[in-house]
Amino acid sequence: MSINTAREGHTYPSVDYQVGSEAIREFAVAVKNQHPSHHQAEAAQALGHRDIIAPPSFAVVVSQKAEAEVVKDPEVGIDFSRVVHADERFTHHSPITAGDNLTAATTLERIRIMGAGAMVTTSTEIHTEDGTRRATVTSSLLVRADDEEEN
Amino acid sequence: MSPTPTWDQLEKGQNIGSTTFSLSRADLIRYAAASGDHNPIHWNERFAREVGLDGVIAHGMLTMGAAVGLVTDWAGDPAAVTDYQTRFTKPVPVPDAAEGSPETATAELAVTGKIGKLDEDSKTARVDLTVELVEGEERTKVLTKSQAVVSFG
Repeated sequence: MSINTAREGHTYPSVDYQVGSEAIREFAVAVKNQHPSHHQAEAAQALGHRDIIAPPSFAVVVSQKAEAEVVKDPEVGIDFSRVVHADERFTHHSPITAGDNLTAATTLERIRIMGAGAMVTTSTEIHTEDGTRRATVTSSLLVRADDEEEN
Repeated sequence: MSPTPTWDQLEKGQNIGSTTFSLSRADLIRYAAASGDHNPIHWNERFAREVGLDGVIAHGMLTMGAAVGLVTDWAGDPAAVTDYQTRFTKPVPVPDAAEGSPETATAELAVTGKIGKLDEDSKTARVDLTVELVEGEERTKVLTKSQAVVSFG
């Protein structure tokens, strides 16, 4: 086990994500969210949105691309095959909408060493190209200990 | 969909409804494609066993994403869900169907929601979700602290 806490507080390079209507529809189908505003532009517009809007958990598609920077950082030392998703939180500042050009940047908030394993908590800020905040995604990954180090 | 609730109608402890959804191996492949999460523990039996699982399990994010549908339908506008969090406590096994189409559901989940908190100042309601794996008579909670905040402001 070689998790290194020295990177706590580090913000990783941002990633860009263009939100397509078909990506929202495909995601909404996959999570069985049937609200019409995820599927039909007219239904979303009737609620005052510019175009179809993303389901509450769609932001994970964007945040996981940014979080990947942490997982692959050799200075942190996460073995991805030993990662278990522990918790997730989405705070929405404004709805992610088809046509958005998003930028996401992840900060490594905390590494809590737990025996031979560790809990790694990241926070990802997602905003549009004109700076409108869309969502903050907080995610914790439990990195399990190597087998030989387990009890 | 039921009519959109108004702030004055809400009470702490009120039930907002319940729903069930089922998962098949095909659902896990669809979620992998839509989300970009291609971790093989969600589609490859051998790999799942090699990392110590009893078999293929659903993406926790798929269960989380599906459960909130109860809240977005109730709220009337999904954008009213301003915060949504959960802890993943138990895996949801999705075995390969013994026969028939790979679309055959092999896991059944039940979702209920009740209002856990009302905040008069921010006009927000916190909906507490109970998400359980249903196996015959047995029910196992798979998410804990699963809470969605709905804005009525």
